[in-house]
Amino acid sequence: MKILVCISKSPDTTSKIAFSEGNTKFDENGVQYIVNPYDEWYALVRALEIKEAQGGNVTIITVGNVADEAIIRKALAIGADDAVRIDAEPTDAYFTAIQIADYAKKNAFDLVLTGKETINYNGSQVGGMIAEVLEVPFVSLATKLDVNGSTLTLEQDIVGGVQVVEVSLPAVVSCAKGMAEQRIPNMRGIMAARTKPMQIVEPIACDLFTTYSSYILPEAKKACKMIDPNNMDELVQLLHTEAKVI
Amino acid sequence: MKTLVYINSDNGISKSSLEVVTYAKKLGGEVVVVSGGNSSDLARLGEYGASKVIVDRAVVNGDEQQITKLIAFAAETENAEIIVFSHELTAKAVAPRLSVKLKAGLISGAIALPDLSSGFSCKVNVFSGKAFGVVTVNTAKKIISLLPNSVQPEITGAACSVEEISSNAGASAVKIIATKKPEGNIPLPEAELVVSAGRGLKGPENWGIVEDLATALGAATACSRPVADIGWRPHHEHVGQTGVAIRPNLYIAAGISGAIQHLAGVNGSKVIVVINTDAEAPFFKAADYGILGDAFEVLPKFTEAVKKFNASK
Repeated sequence: MKILVCISKSPDTTSKIAFSEGNTKFDENGVQYIVNPYDEWYALVRALEIKEAQGGNVTIITVGNVADEAIIRKALAIGADDAVRIDAEPTDAYFTAIQIADYAKKNAFDLVLTGKETINYNGSQVGGMIAEVLEVPFVSLATKLDVNGSTLTLEQDIVGGVQVVEVSLPAVVSCAKGMAEQRIPNMRGIMAARTKPMQIVEPIACDLFTTYSSYILPEAKKACKMIDPNNMDELVQLLHTEAKVI
Repeated sequence: MKTLVYINSDNGISKSSLEVVTYAKKLGGEVVVVSGGNSSDLARLGEYGASKVIVDRAVVNGDEQQITKLIAFAAETENAEIIVFSHELTAKAVAPRLSVKLKAGLISGAIALPDLSSGFSCKVNVFSGKAFGVVTVNTAKKIISLLPNSVQPEITGAACSVEEISSNAGASAVKIIATKKPEGNIPLPEAELVVSAGRGLKGPENWGIVEDLATALGAATACSRPVADIGWRPHHEHVGQTGVAIRPNLYIAAGISGAIQHLAGVNGSKVIVVINTDAEAPFFKAADYGILGDAFEVLPKFTEAVKKFNASK
């Protein structure tokens, strides 16, 4: 089974979010990049579990520049076999998806996994776009994934419940919480990652469908108004007359 | 300009469906709604601005590939320029496929109407709610996936016609094996009021006081990640970075410290009330109203005060 896991970089969850150049660029000053948690904890780890159970190969792919090789090495340390870096800035979901789909098409993968979204752009776009280019089924936000021969059985959280679906390989799946548990790379993995193969691929020409033209930080919260625990009538009145939410 | 709106009508017409139809109407052009399934309640979407509803009864609303084909078919026959979804599971599966198929730029997680002053730009949530981005679409056709609770449904007209069509969406590659249908309570993503609790409640047997407040307010219930992980509450109630992201008008958090991962799921809430025994709980920094006290004492008093308020209305 050949599995391709798409990874993206994202700022560490605790990073201070700020913008530069007239609020048109994300300010990377002091920002620590990590592998996007959904890509790492769920997509990559589940891919490794499938490989451990039935053999195969796990390739990771990212669209990014040289600096992003740090997150590639981290993913290799967790256990991926090899890596591909498409040498371009991932500025637009469509551009990113086209690059990954092109590589996936040329290298015939059985299963392509992504995280459910990145924690920086929260778009949830790339997986579905890859599936459409490859003309294969796509299951979004899967919380469970089992492989039986050439059939995948998956679970998805729907509002108030769960849906169980089946698709045939090849397929694309975006992975959400529940699918696997985070793995911490060990020293052996970190050492091995240094020598695992990493291929650098030139991007193919592609239009940008969308552009982030600017960013806005939310207005600072006003100080929290403390209410006497014995005066809940006051709270209810404030929610009604001041906050106007009830 | 014509706008096509997809709605999932399988469990009746949800509030988020009324929101997207209202949003499409506010875009200014004609609004056509497309859906699959067997709903007999579609005509009333006209009241919210639809000029007609087209429905392919053979298409299952949970089936992503069939819906993609149905919407692509409808977009072509109606010559729609903009397609609008509610940013939920079906949209997350279908909108990206459609973006590629129709060569239409996709705006995910829109929270406002587009700004047409220079091109076509729209405000979206980014960085897990810690900032907003303005996305400009460079393509002639556009797709907008709107976050729930971004606009309020507005009745502007009367019931419209419902046309049954066949889009020849074909057999699907995705087979739905089982579905646990939503229960009668308010779906969390579209709830306007939410009462949430965490480990401070000490055990699942104590949730009665949370539910009492939710019932008095007409609110949905939610919980923090540890509570869902240890099985005190069902997973679909877990709000936070890895759970559901919600943006209700009022979010009440009892016995939740407010870790950054939890805040990422609720920081779009308009008003936040925090109840905690620990004055240093980080959640107080994100709160509008805080009560330093024990949830076991505060929640019942809060419920009584709400009941008194309800009775006085």
